[in-house]
Amino acid sequence: MNKKIYADNAATTPVLPEVVDAMLPYFTDNWGNPSSLYSVGNRAKTALEDARGRIAAQLGCEANEIYFTSCGTEADNWAIKGTAHAKQAKGKHIVCSAYEHHAVTHTMKSLKKDGFEITYVKPTPEGIITPDAIKEAIREDTILVCVMYANNEIGTINPIKQIAEITRERKITFFSDGVQAVGHIPVNVKELGVDMLSLSGHKFNAPKGVGALYIRRGLRVDTFMDGGGQERNKRGGTENLPYIIGMAKALELAAERFTENDKLTALRNRLAEGLSKIPYSRVNGSLEHRLPGNINVAFEFVEGESLLLLLDANGICASTGSACSSTSLEPSHVLLSIGVPVEVAHGSLRFSLSHDNTDEDVDYILETVPKVVERLRMMSPLYDAAERK
Amino acid sequence: MYSEKVMDHFSNPRNVGELENADAIGEVGNATCGDIMRIYLKIDNNIITDVSFKTFGCGAAIATSSMATELIKGKSIEEALELTNKAVVEALDGLPPQKIHCSVLAEEAVKKAIANYYDKMGIEHDIMKGCDGCCDHCHHHHNED
Repeated sequence: MNKKIYADNAATTPVLPEVVDAMLPYFTDNWGNPSSLYSVGNRAKTALEDARGRIAAQLGCEANEIYFTSCGTEADNWAIKGTAHAKQAKGKHIVCSAYEHHAVTHTMKSLKKDGFEITYVKPTPEGIITPDAIKEAIREDTILVCVMYANNEIGTINPIKQIAEITRERKITFFSDGVQAVGHIPVNVKELGVDMLSLSGHKFNAPKGVGALYIRRGLRVDTFMDGGGQERNKRGGTENLPYIIGMAKALELAAERFTENDKLTALRNRLAEGLSKIPYSRVNGSLEHRLPGNINVAFEFVEGESLLLLLDANGICASTGSACSSTSLEPSHVLLSIGVPVEVAHGSLRFSLSHDNTDEDVDYILETVPKVVERLRMMSPLYDAAERK
Repeated sequence: MYSEKVMDHFSNPRNVGELENADAIGEVGNATCGDIMRIYLKIDNNIITDVSFKTFGCGAAIATSSMATELIKGKSIEEALELTNKAVVEALDGLPPQKIHCSVLAEEAVKKAIANYYDKMGIEHDIMKGCDGCCDHCHHHHNED
């Protein structure tokens, strides 16, 4: 099988050659430690601050509001634990959406053990967290609200700006996990009004192992990693300069392609329409408020891991919310949160297209998926029962 | 993550489909857990002359079903009752730890089908007593709190 269609860009993306080119000199030529006082260090420091400024420019904030981390998960952990610990004298209640990434939900679990109380806010059946639902969950002792910008499984985009208006009025810290959004749609943190926002390089063609956290100037957040005073004493550890340079370059290149988002949305919609023609299928989440490349469809009577294996055999890379693809036996908490029945959630597929996917790719996916679904249904005892009804 | 044998039995499952005029049928698992196995048996003179399966589940669920049918075809009922999940795993050159429960389901589906045969024949037995069909109760350990 020579054909290879990569449609799992929400999982990770390849590092672009231009990004590699931008990084290479920082391994072999400008390799100094930004904290060193001599000239080699100064050159590294200048490059580091240049990258910080460029990322800040893309996000619409000041350079000194960007803090580099090792990944999106670290940024999420920092934002949440850093706020919880800094503000616990004021209260120990946190409002969090019910369909966050595990980097957020598992951090909440860990805070629960430390005596914090978490209220989980369910999304609508369309996969949106409404400002009203957040307003209802907020209490006198709420110190933090967490709502992701775009969901990683169903790609739905939340009304972050409206939620920020609520939190600002009540002086509650608002953190948004922006890992799926940054580099895919324009994100301006000042216009959104968030207090913190996380991002991850490898979701937009930078390498794995680098991320960042936007922290609004003046916001009180505890230091996450103690060390040598890097990142304005907030996050110790020598900065991963080549990767940070790569991330700045990748974010600029990603922004240049926002103009192609309408085209990508049209391609995605064609895929959604084609897949919905398969009997007993359903598109999960709003198509209107959604990342351009994401589509999530559930096929009844079949199981997601089997679908993935057969798609892979046909050269298509996708993802599933099935439990069987992970070590846990529960299917996707995201799909369950929007009301997808457990047995249907087991048969879900996520395709996340990039600007580099073509009409031919979508044709091929649309040609292959029905065959694969049909083949598994012929083996499925559940399908028999449904067909006899 | 899967052995070549597993991928072979998943991609080219043996004995898949429904057996017309089956003498016995056994089904285990449920849709909520994400896997259901149904085994059909043709039995003649105490010998399993034909066997087939239908499975809803992951790659390992389909491969273990396929292998289990291969292992009991042509065997006597007593021999089939001796089929263990371990034998299925070994015949498939191993399974990832989180997929071992699929082999348990395969063993149980065979036993359930034989129990169904004994029931039909009015033969007393104690196979699969106490199994309510919910895999949660036996070998699914949920790691969420």
